[in-house]
Amino acid sequence: MNVIDSEMPFQVLGTAVVASPMILLAVLGVSALVGKPLTESLISRMTQVAVAVALASALTLVGLMLVVGRSYVPVEWGDWVTIPEHHFHFHLKFVFDALSIPFVLLSCVLCGIVGAFTQRYLHREEGYGRFFLYYAIFFSGMVTSSLAGTIETLFVGWEMVGLSSALLVAYFLERENPVRNGQRVWSVYRLADAAFLIAAITMHHMTGRGDFGGLLSTGVWPYGTATITSTQALLVGSLLLVAAAGKSALFPFSGWLPRAMEGPTPSSAIFYGALSVHLGAFLLLRVSPIIQASLLLQLMVIALGTVTAISGSLMSRVQSDIKASLAYASLTQVGLIVIEIGLGLHYLALIHIVGHACLRTMQLLRAPTLLRDYDELENAMGSRLPREAWAGARNLPVDVQRWCYRFGFDRGFMDTALDRWIVAPFQDFFSWFDRVEHRVTDVISRESSRESEQAKLHPEELEKAA
Amino acid sequence: MSELHFPWIQVSILVPLLGALWIQFMGKRDNVLAIAAAVCGLTLLLTLGELIDFTLIGSFEAHDHWPFFDWLFDRDVFVVDELSAFQLPLAALIFLVTITSTLRTKSPRFPVELALVSETLVLATFSCRPSWTLILLLIGSAIPPWIELRQRQRCTRIYTLHMGLFAVLLVIGWGWLSLIEPASPTALIPGALITVAALLRSGVFPLHLWITDLFEKGTFGTAILYTTPLVGAYAVMRLVLPIAPTWALQSIAVLSLVTAVYAAGMASIQREARRMFCYLLLSQSSLVLVGLELVTPIGLTGALCVWLSVGLSMTGFAIVLRSIESRISRISLVDFHGLYRQMPMLAGFFLLTGLAAIGFPATIGFVGMELLIEGAVEVYPLVGTMVVIAAALSGITVLSAFFRIFTGRENRTRVPMHARPAERFAVMVLSVVILLGGLFPQPGVKNRYHAAQALSEQRNEDLALRSAADVTVVRKDTSSRPSMETPATGSLTP
Repeated sequence: MNVIDSEMPFQVLGTAVVASPMILLAVLGVSALVGKPLTESLISRMTQVAVAVALASALTLVGLMLVVGRSYVPVEWGDWVTIPEHHFHFHLKFVFDALSIPFVLLSCVLCGIVGAFTQRYLHREEGYGRFFLYYAIFFSGMVTSSLAGTIETLFVGWEMVGLSSALLVAYFLERENPVRNGQRVWSVYRLADAAFLIAAITMHHMTGRGDFGGLLSTGVWPYGTATITSTQALLVGSLLLVAAAGKSALFPFSGWLPRAMEGPTPSSAIFYGALSVHLGAFLLLRVSPIIQASLLLQLMVIALGTVTAISGSLMSRVQSDIKASLAYASLTQVGLIVIEIGLGLHYLALIHIVGHACLRTMQLLRAPTLLRDYDELENAMGSRLPREAWAGARNLPVDVQRWCYRFGFDRGFMDTALDRWIVAPFQDFFSWFDRVEHRVTDVISRESSRESEQAKLHPEELEKAA
Repeated sequence: MSELHFPWIQVSILVPLLGALWIQFMGKRDNVLAIAAAVCGLTLLLTLGELIDFTLIGSFEAHDHWPFFDWLFDRDVFVVDELSAFQLPLAALIFLVTITSTLRTKSPRFPVELALVSETLVLATFSCRPSWTLILLLIGSAIPPWIELRQRQRCTRIYTLHMGLFAVLLVIGWGWLSLIEPASPTALIPGALITVAALLRSGVFPLHLWITDLFEKGTFGTAILYTTPLVGAYAVMRLVLPIAPTWALQSIAVLSLVTAVYAAGMASIQREARRMFCYLLLSQSSLVLVGLELVTPIGLTGALCVWLSVGLSMTGFAIVLRSIESRISRISLVDFHGLYRQMPMLAGFFLLTGLAAIGFPATIGFVGMELLIEGAVEVYPLVGTMVVIAAALSGITVLSAFFRIFTGRENRTRVPMHARPAERFAVMVLSVVILLGGLFPQPGVKNRYHAAQALSEQRNEDLALRSAADVTVVRKDTSSRPSMETPATGSLTP
């Protein structure tokens, strides 16, 4: 039998793509867990090997697919967990198709570039090993998400990307702002994850399986049509839209994106400029048959993309630091990509994602030196660089211009609104219960019942700490 | 009934008791903790022996019989079944790692002998069938923490009030139930009393104040040992599940669900780490109760899986917090502490155990949580999603606590705070189990599903018997009385 016609090379190569980042994660994770840090050179070499193996395997697999004329290759790892009596399957399945291949190649290339860049950027930094551990989680998560053939597998990758992103935003552990921002990112991600999980389980109930194939009556991406009804599609699609909005910082969750720039430049570049910010759009592309099944859902997607693009455009124009400006510029493009998805222009959206991700990675990696270049340029000129305002702005009434400026400057009032209308009422609600509990326990105890209130703010600073 | 090849259960119950007596007679010595750890290690080995033996037998339940102990324990008092076979090693492991990770400087405050007595009581409880012995053990296990509170001269009013009520409800309920015909309509009242008692012991809202009080006033070690084995959930399994109608259990599940969300919300606003942990544990243990009370095979399997994961991960999480507390005293969550550089390994374990507790992928809690959510959504399509909300809130709390404790400022303390070998051993053991259980979940899930299936079948048989008895009672009685229970069918039938 011809080796190319047999299934084995596809399975081996597909497995290598997925396993390579996971092995990297396992090695870095175990060394961190047992407290035996690896040297910088070993970490960087292992990272290079992992990326190279994943990329080479993916390219070879694509080459084989082109040779034999296949457009869809499933790689089955079998059931991770199964309860056959109740049709509960946690199926590990990865697919190589027109959507996943560009995305996984993009992930490998950009992760490779950023890995190489970071080797020098963080050379002799205390957190070098920690960065690459988070990087390995992210890389594994991205590859898993990109190739996921079931919604559960996608969720696993999705969670890994979320955790690594939050930890990388808070990379500079000894400063308060990055940590607060990391917490903010994580909080938004958790809510998005909750929506995703509910959607996954709802889909499971509707179709009886989590396989994306279960959603499609015929054909592979992007030609399939959903097997669920329009109302079901609206329900699941709305939840997935919330999940995508959280992950891609779409309106009204855009507030976390500039905050995420507190992390080191390489992570900002790869996570928020290039890959992570597109993961929501990728999810929408993956479930595009669901979106196409409901006109109302399509309109919702288009509306969300439009609002995000407009607000991103306004916000990017008034930022005072380059990374935040680039972040909002990314958001504008992601908004446009979402519109394209809503309109059913799947290939255009995919090409847009790839092109935009590469451009932003380059821009963000250039950002620190770009400032220096601008400095030198302005010094040579003896004046500020000329900056022309958008011509259309002059035609707007002054009040509108001012409002737009305030809207952009206050980052769309999104953080303020979320804090005021969601976080504060939530805290007030539970604080009230806390006070009631306090009072009840005091009354029963007939004394002050909370020793914890006497906890010192910074006991670790005391000389007697031991 | 099948018989184990060695009296694992009886010996594992007696070993900690003998250890406690030895330490008591020996008096306070430097090596008390080492002896206690050795005793706990031996107990863990015995419970593991029981698990392996039981697995090899392949029966739903088995008892151990050793003539030497016949005079001490009745032949059928201690029985291990598919539910308790895993709970026994889990409980023994919790005691081992908690005692092992206790710093020697803190041993005068931590009553080791009481901890060993507690271990005896917990193991005996988990091995016991529904009977007066189980009732006495459940009540008896509440006494060691009470003694500790008294020894520490702390107010015991809240604890006494709740545990007293628990004991009274349990005794009245069980006594009443054993006096009347099980199928009688009045059996609903003692059943309700037992249910309230079990929920009280589990800390279901609004009967949870004793747990926060215990964490406030007791030593952290004792609070961990008294709460993380989830004895309350076991009481629900043994005393409530066999008698309660499905509608009643599923109604209580909503109460547990509310507790899970409430406790997760409360955990997120706490200003001190121990209280935060207490609410987090309450939220997670309530999720276990939700699964148990759903009485569907998937929900029950999820609950049994989450039970194991909560026991392991929350104990690990608590041990790290306790290790930090033992170095710097109570940890305020109002501001950042920046302890990462001082204790990087503990920070890593904190994150790992915290993530395992919320069911993060590749940790032991992930699949259990998935099953639990699936079961909850199956029974309550809308309300069931609250499980996801509770898990999301807990996730936010865990990372927030991590950031507050380990990051956010530069800590220049020169005092070494690295994990000591004993602490490293304790958290390493838990981490290995958490990761292996997460990466290879199928054997555990299969086993738990089998247990859930067997428990469901047993419950169905019990209810069918009661229903048949009810019919007889109705025939004897000319007056038409409403039936207490309709046998559960459909979802419970595997």
